Amino acid sequence: MRPFEYTRAQSTETATRDAAGGAMFIAGGTNLLDLMKLEVMAPAELVDINRLELDRIEETEDGGLRIGALVTNSDLANDTRVRRDWPVLSRALLAGASGQLRNKATTGGNLLQRTRCLYFYDRAMACNKREPGSGCSAREGFNRILAILGTSEHCIATHPSDMAVAMRALDAVVETVKDDGSTRRLNLDDLYLLPGDRPDRETVLEPGELITAVVLPAPVAGRQTYRKVRDRASYAFALVSVAGVVAMEDGRITRADLAFGGVAPKPWRDPQVEALLVGQTPSEALFEKAADQLLAEAEGFGANDFKLPLTRRTLVSVLTELTQEART
Amino acid sequence: MTEHFKMDAPATDRRLDDMAQGLVGAPLDRPEGPLKVTGTATYANEWQVEGMVHGVMVRAPGNSGRVVLSNRNDVAKMPGVLSVIQDDRLLRNPAQGTANKAPIQGPQQAAYLGQLVAVVVAETFEQARHAAQSLMVRLEDGEVRPVDPATAAVEPQDDQTLDQGDLDAAMKDATHSVDEVYTTPSHSSSPMEPHASIASWEGDDLTLRGSYQMLKYNRNELADSLGIHPDRVRILSPYVGGGFGSKLGLAPEAVAAAIAAQELGRPVSVALQRPQVYEATMRRSETRQRIRLAADADGRLSGFGHDARVSNLPGEVFAEPVLQASHFLYAGKNRQMSLDLARLHRLCAGSVRAPGEAVGVTVVENAMDELAQKVGIDPVELRLRNIPETDPESGKEFSSRRFREALESGARAFGWADRPGLKERREGEWLVGYGMASAARINALMESQARVTLQPDGRARVETDMTDIGTGTYAILGQIAGEMLGLPRDRVDVVLGDTTLPPAAGSGGSWGASSSGTSVYVACQAIRRQLADRLDVDEKDLLLKDGRVTFDNQTKALGDVLQGDEIAKLGHVEPGDTSTAVRQATFGAYFAEVAVHAASGETRVRRMHGSFAAGRILNAKTARSQCLGGMTFGIGIALTEEIAFDPRDGHVANHNLAEYHIPVNADVPQLTVELLEERDDWASPLQAKGIGELGICGAAAAITNAIYNATGVRVRDYPATLDKVIAGL
Amino acid sequence: MPIIVGPNRFRSGGMLPQGSPLPAATYGTLHAYHGLLLQDRINSETFPVQTHLTINGTQQRLELDPRTTLLDALRHHLGLTGSKKGCDHGQCGACTVMVNGRRINSCLTLACMHDGDEVTTIEGIGQPGNLSDLQEAFVSEDGFQCGYCTPGQICSATAMLDEVRSGWPSHVTDDLTGDAALTTEEISERMSGNLCRCAAYPNIVEAIRKAAEKTA
Repeated sequence: MRPFEYTRAQSTETATRDAAGGAMFIAGGTNLLDLMKLEVMAPAELVDINRLELDRIEETEDGGLRIGALVTNSDLANDTRVRRDWPVLSRALLAGASGQLRNKATTGGNLLQRTRCLYFYDRAMACNKREPGSGCSAREGFNRILAILGTSEHCIATHPSDMAVAMRALDAVVETVKDDGSTRRLNLDDLYLLPGDRPDRETVLEPGELITAVVLPAPVAGRQTYRKVRDRASYAFALVSVAGVVAMEDGRITRADLAFGGVAPKPWRDPQVEALLVGQTPSEALFEKAADQLLAEAEGFGANDFKLPLTRRTLVSVLTELTQEART
Repeated sequence: MTEHFKMDAPATDRRLDDMAQGLVGAPLDRPEGPLKVTGTATYANEWQVEGMVHGVMVRAPGNSGRVVLSNRNDVAKMPGVLSVIQDDRLLRNPAQGTANKAPIQGPQQAAYLGQLVAVVVAETFEQARHAAQSLMVRLEDGEVRPVDPATAAVEPQDDQTLDQGDLDAAMKDATHSVDEVYTTPSHSSSPMEPHASIASWEGDDLTLRGSYQMLKYNRNELADSLGIHPDRVRILSPYVGGGFGSKLGLAPEAVAAAIAAQELGRPVSVALQRPQVYEATMRRSETRQRIRLAADADGRLSGFGHDARVSNLPGEVFAEPVLQASHFLYAGKNRQMSLDLARLHRLCAGSVRAPGEAVGVTVVENAMDELAQKVGIDPVELRLRNIPETDPESGKEFSSRRFREALESGARAFGWADRPGLKERREGEWLVGYGMASAARINALMESQARVTLQPDGRARVETDMTDIGTGTYAILGQIAGEMLGLPRDRVDVVLGDTTLPPAAGSGGSWGASSSGTSVYVACQAIRRQLADRLDVDEKDLLLKDGRVTFDNQTKALGDVLQGDEIAKLGHVEPGDTSTAVRQATFGAYFAEVAVHAASGETRVRRMHGSFAAGRILNAKTARSQCLGGMTFGIGIALTEEIAFDPRDGHVANHNLAEYHIPVNADVPQLTVELLEERDDWASPLQAKGIGELGICGAAAAITNAIYNATGVRVRDYPATLDKVIAGL
Repeated sequence: MPIIVGPNRFRSGGMLPQGSPLPAATYGTLHAYHGLLLQDRINSETFPVQTHLTINGTQQRLELDPRTTLLDALRHHLGLTGSKKGCDHGQCGACTVMVNGRRINSCLTLACMHDGDEVTTIEGIGQPGNLSDLQEAFVSEDGFQCGYCTPGQICSATAMLDEVRSGWPSHVTDDLTGDAALTTEEISERMSGNLCRCAAYPNIVEAIRKAAEKTA
């Protein structure tokens, strides 16, 4: 870990100003410190934002929820409103990491987690995300955990979050503030960039821009689930995960909000998959067609080839569960 | 005063059964428990040593070439840095268990990616870590080297070759046969405590506070590595945060700490970072094993074949002994076995819990399950029909063997009779199946010494350089001494883990308890004889209990017999003729119920039971815990554990605890264990055999066999991760 | 693409035949990354940060290199070695302590981030001769073998039981809006952030159940 200057921010103004000057925000620190210890990340300045008052969960006027960026994963998962009205989010959070990590990890930090790609984490290996232009060691390496969708020839990393997958299915909006005091609202999907030829750039956030909250729209009708498939029963990253909000009316699907984790550089959502499902009567053939659509462009790199059939099977299983329950 | 004992004849007197204190075998709590649960037991990197500074090791970024530290002088100027040390005495890789001499040294030629080539020492850990990360390691004049066992050159291990009868003919004539290839990946011991050493010198004398399993060997390995006399070296390891083989032999951090401390004239602590534990300590070799079974219509074996390939670094003699239990577990008069050692440039292969049987018995038990399916009989019945009368190769008798009882009793305890047919049971999206496997592990007694002192105050003190790596040594040595000397457990002190104490067998190979326990027993016998002499009675007529001596219808307090004197005896046991006169092994059986998710292929172990026979059980509580640990290793082997080597340079890609998946709490159900009562007179005068590894030797097969029963999918390429399961669903 | 810095390992892809010489510039660690040049490394100094915190009820004033994790502050600077370093990356739970009553991995947080916080370590939970119910149950149920993960298990379990009492659900809780029960499955899931290679898991679960019953 390189030496750094440490400051405790007293306001978002000073925090964003420091960050615009090159400092990095630290909140929970569960991912940043992990990477700093390996010098995969090496900020010269850290701004501790834990004292900022961004740790509240408030109801919005239109029946949604504004989640402060510093709300911990535990507090968010355990919030009675989230458990009742957005259970997919609660489930996703509880499926992630461990009790200890959830107590520290924050909402904003979780969105900005870096990939778990083993080559990104190892400074002896070429990695375009860590060092643009150095090459991608993962493509022909041990890539079991890596992406099958949204990849580029320069990077096949996955985004590791569970929480963000559920938020993506819930059409969450991210609120930010910049050092000039201006704010903006971003659909979660618009927060993230695909790797292309600059996999080191992962979000559209500008230097000094701070996530202040995530806003959930009002709850929608339908059944929700978060299915996480992994190598251990607990405390493991998703190989594939599916966040689903599915509603039925008169035997037909009226809503199918589906987001996927473990398969892409960002929480993945495919409107064409949803369009294909909505208005239809559920059947295994329909679900298989949805999977065909989802995986039309998917590509494996050897050790992760299995993610194609696994994603298919998981999607079909989740849709079966959500539509069966809705019918009964 | 040394009491010497050589195990040349069976110990049929069973003296422990004559004792009155009632300690041996009892499920007593560990005496060091209160220290461990309060964080006050001191592990290697926790000694507060005055003036201590910190060293962090640096790795080779490739597997070939001459190491050049291109900015060494600059790094030496970084804040707090005291020294950047590159030294020909540093180790290329750890010593193998019981090596007793330095392993290959001189890490200036890279042999594997991750090899530790230098150590950077600074005033604080933070400074040392950053400086180590700043050191540029370049490899010059390297070449592309073999890292894949499938294509690397192999060396047949001729001493392992067996050709008895005609297996090819037996296979041809068999009514039912199995001829399959199974593969197991490399495993990591992954003890929770990373390897760490604090070295300090006083003049020419070195004290190393380390985390090691076999101190008498480790002392010689360290002395030899440094080129000094062993008398100058003291190693302290009173508490060891897990070993599982990875701390059998001296590891690179110990030598680095010793060299740095000498150069700087200050105590130096060097702890391996977790990725370094994965990359530079020991791995279990991956294996490719072909099993051939030839059977008649009833499933009686006429032939048994086991041919394997394992691997190691050039210059290392260790070859994962996967054939070990195949020699005696099952009948079959036509037998063929062979072992090839591939030479390649992955990290060093050595002992990981139950080297050989952990993966060797496992695949044999898969093949037996395949045979049972073909013959159409209960897999338990197939095993029962093939228990050989005597060792099927040498014809020797078994010392003791409650194998049949373990199979039958285990099946009853588990409810095996209710097992579902193939792909028969489904609960929602979960496919449910049962599986079983046999357990077998060789047994050995090793040379060991301990001093027991009966103090005038009626307390006893046991001293030996034996270690307790979680195995229960503190508990059982106190129980043996208390039993023999008639003292309640809390009146016996056990001091371990210090090379100034009598040298013990060390913790490994499942021999620690019976070997060091026998040395304590031998010393106590000598004390009993001296007490008897004082009272002028025969030792056999002495009854010692609760600090009192009863003889000739009188009872005296021990203190009155001692009259201010202490009696100290050194017990020294050596293996003898019983090691070779009979076949010695431990046996058991595992039963597992799994649920496999029909969509994702994820497997959950719902229930698992083990019945084991390992001679006299010295402490039913700690012995059971050893079995729980072994069975859980089995769950890991079956489902999750695999060192993932990069196919290009052989480095450990998943070098951390997030990606090398040891089982977590949720992966392990409430395992049940049955310990069968047994006395093995040939094994030791305690009639005890080893139990530290038996729980793993075949356990994984019970789970993969259950996956087959649930799904019809045979995963022959371990671990049975979900990708391999869904490929067959 | 931007200019290439650092090594070009694997960049060209494919495998070279065995025995062929490695291309120059292969097999080197990085020369530069994230703008962190060697000169910056040599010249980099740290300035100690003052932190006031309460550890096991005792006020402590620390003046440490800001890089010091809470775990290293405990182990290297306060002599509190009960909290263990197993992985230093939040992957094992051996370093678990409670901060303001909640369990966290002390290896993944900086000491200086805890100004004003109350930290409870294993040393604050009980001492030999004065064991907490959980500590006693771990001894009697043999909820450990080597003992290295044990302080983390006990700190974690102590806080976990509070979480259950507060009605927090877990991954295996069927009804998110109902109460949490302390079943075997629940204990196992909630304790899965604490690895135990000796695999005392069944005994750990039993010890926690026993201690919880005693306290209830």
